[in-house]
Amino acid sequence: MSIEVEKSNIQVVNSPAGIEGPGFFATSVDKVIGMARKNSIWPLPFATSCCGIEFMATMAAHYDMGRFGAERLSFSPRQADLLMVMGTIAKKMAPILRQVYMQMAEPRWVLSMGACASSGGIFDTYSVLQGIDRVIPVDVYVPGCPPRPEQVLDGILKIQELIQKESIRRRDTPQYKALLAEYGIE
Amino acid sequence: MEDILPVIESKLRETFGDAIVSAEMSKDFPVFTIKKDKIIDVVKFLYDEPEMQFRFLTDLCGIHFPDNKGQELGVIYHLHNLRRNWRIRLRIFFALNDSVVPTLTTVFSTANWMERETYDFFGITFKGHPNMKRILNVDDLGGFPMLKEFPLEDPTRTDKNDSMFGR
Repeated sequence: MSIEVEKSNIQVVNSPAGIEGPGFFATSVDKVIGMARKNSIWPLPFATSCCGIEFMATMAAHYDMGRFGAERLSFSPRQADLLMVMGTIAKKMAPILRQVYMQMAEPRWVLSMGACASSGGIFDTYSVLQGIDRVIPVDVYVPGCPPRPEQVLDGILKIQELIQKESIRRRDTPQYKALLAEYGIE
Repeated sequence: MEDILPVIESKLRETFGDAIVSAEMSKDFPVFTIKKDKIIDVVKFLYDEPEMQFRFLTDLCGIHFPDNKGQELGVIYHLHNLRRNWRIRLRIFFALNDSVVPTLTTVFSTANWMERETYDFFGITFKGHPNMKRILNVDDLGGFPMLKEFPLEDPTRTDKNDSMFGR
């Protein structure tokens, strides 16, 4: 009598390219750090309207953003890596969003979800900020009104690609400093 | 429903005479147009008078008719007599360059935020208001968005190509 063991379909992240031998494995630090960072994103959900509802679906069991290591949401900007702005940002909210971004520690990334956060969307009017990139830099824009959870996951994968490829101290690069200076952020 | 327009109108005309510019029914709603400088006295009278007792301010808001020269701006007051369930509307009209109105906060404390909102959107200043500043919009908005000449679309937006909107 034999016991049939179901083959596990859990996929683990492959180790980065490196030199392997008995008892040791050598690779560069930025590859390891990049791999660790990209698979352990702590997102801060800045949900102001209907896109936030779609994000809840993305986090729930069916789509399960936890599969990509972004299971732990951080509601404190101090501990978050990824600012996810989901929904209409009123002009009165803009300084608050900016402050939340400034409170985040490096390294930090921003994902703008949906038409409103990316461009103001249908709310082309006096009270609505016409895209969050007027107050903070944005890494990935996810279009849609609202975007489907698949699109959000795709955006997360794009962020992961960015994280993997970036140098470990992006904050020291002149381009990054110039970008922040453009927004008046130190 | 009993016809309350003549009851209230005669009371008001008796006390205020010429300050009552007009009294009419708009659908099923009695509407009185009052001279601007008498409005607070009229509301106070309607509040105190035992037969009137309009002790609830339902709403206070501004209005803009750019074609009524000399009477472009207005303030509308909705009053409610909770005892008899009477509702009336009072209106005052004045010129755009004369948009200073006496405050109603001396009679109704609830007028505080309503008047701030009216200032925020129409630029109507309420004289004697304890805290006359914007309430909903950002402080540096630079304009009063409910005035008809205020641009509807955000002028700083650059991605809108007119040819895509048929204009």
